[in-house]
Amino acid sequence: MTAQRPKIRLRGLSKAFGEKKVLDGVDLDIRAGHGMVILGGSGSGKSVTIKCILGLITPDAGSIEVDGQDVLAMSRREREALADRIGMLFQNGALFDSLPVWENVCFKLLAQKRITRAKARDKAAEVLAQVGLAASVGDLSPAELSGGMQKRVGLARAIAAEPDIIFFDEPTTGLDPIMGAVIDGLIVDVVKRLGATAVSITHDMASARRIGDDAAMLHKGRIVWTGPAATLGETGNAMVDQFARGDREGPIQMELRR
Amino acid sequence: MDLLLNPVAAIGRAVLGACRTVGAVALFALEGVSHLLRPPFYGRLFLRHLAEIAYFSLPVVALTAVFTGMVLALQSYTGFARFNAEGAVANVVVLSITRELGPVLAGLMVAGRIGAAFAAEIGTMRVTDQIDALTTLSTNPMKYLVAPRLLAGVVALPFLVVVADILGVMGGWLIGTTKLGFGSAGYLKATFDFLEVMDVVSGLVKAAVFGFVITLMGCWCGYQSKGGAQGVGAATTTAVVSASILILALDYVLTEMFFAR
Repeated sequence: MTAQRPKIRLRGLSKAFGEKKVLDGVDLDIRAGHGMVILGGSGSGKSVTIKCILGLITPDAGSIEVDGQDVLAMSRREREALADRIGMLFQNGALFDSLPVWENVCFKLLAQKRITRAKARDKAAEVLAQVGLAASVGDLSPAELSGGMQKRVGLARAIAAEPDIIFFDEPTTGLDPIMGAVIDGLIVDVVKRLGATAVSITHDMASARRIGDDAAMLHKGRIVWTGPAATLGETGNAMVDQFARGDREGPIQMELRR
Repeated sequence: MDLLLNPVAAIGRAVLGACRTVGAVALFALEGVSHLLRPPFYGRLFLRHLAEIAYFSLPVVALTAVFTGMVLALQSYTGFARFNAEGAVANVVVLSITRELGPVLAGLMVAGRIGAAFAAEIGTMRVTDQIDALTTLSTNPMKYLVAPRLLAGVVALPFLVVVADILGVMGGWLIGTTKLGFGSAGYLKATFDFLEVMDVVSGLVKAAVFGFVITLMGCWCGYQSKGGAQGVGAATTTAVVSASILILALDYVLTEMFFAR
């Protein structure tokens, strides 16, 4: 029996900014239709990894395959076609201040001309309902929303075009634990409904267990462990377990100046 | 310190850095212009920026033009009176305004208003991941953010300069007729008798170039900003200062081209 081809495959992904090597040969397989959570401390290269997959940063070396196709060898048109199938929830929402919420939510559909402006409001109301927001929120400006509402609008924007790969950049950062759990619940629901592949980066262990099927630990630019997200905290890998428990002592040493 | 220890290397580094920046800005401008020629086009954004530049800059440009025309009339009268050439006041006012002061002052005013606003808006979008978000939403940021602004700048500045020309001349007329003893019809006749189409057209061409430069520097500086609020503030300052210097430098170049013969 042959193993199922991964949705996303990273091999030897490397990236340095000046002297600082952020990714140092990342190898990772992400299964189609599953949730992968990439864990790691601040500065471990989590965001750079997903920015490389999204095409926002060009890696120095390595390969990125999506559905077996080499992303780095794609023409601009092929990359644009790939971007059409991808959704992204940014850490701070990254909502467009100059546009009302409904236009933010339907931005991709409008950009792809899959919907007219006249119908976009109704569509936005429909998607906002999926993330638990009232249709009236659509007329507000992003600046008028609380942090939790901004995350939900960001989630609505990420799923409005029904992508088959969705990236979540620290979806619960800055939220209280209850709102974090609400957002995680919404993420699980929408990913399941769309049948999408979800890639999340986080250092919130509770969130990682809730939204992930698989997990990978990134440390100093390398993947040091992969396994089921449910086992986080009792993986047997000293590095992962220390990170999951938040222990000061262990193989991961913070570089603090004294 | 480096400049003292190894001045040649420091100067070389500065020159290379300047060349790199000029090249990068030129490529940025070319890419922005190329998006004006390829669909999709963002007409709604173009109109929004056009209103932002042309309509909302009207008061500041109008006030600048009126007072400049008034001062010009007073100063040229004072100077020409020493040679018994007071009659040339109207000519000096209209030629100075249309050829030079209208486009340059309107350009500097708009650089302060719009260059800063564009750099701050795009800079904030850069540091809050909104530009990356555009890419993930199947939208080219250069096409969406830069191209409509460049076109709006090129269209709006000539319009503002036409207004500045008219109001500058009227400022001179106001002082000429109320303070300097000119007759209204005589002042206006002297104004239009010596005015040539080329005087106005050259000012409008300058305005279009200045409009491009202002919006280009606003977009470029905003696009390159990093490091949070401080980075956005620095980008805003750089946008205004670089656009103002470029306006004055290009004014000389364009004046050479139009009037050297």
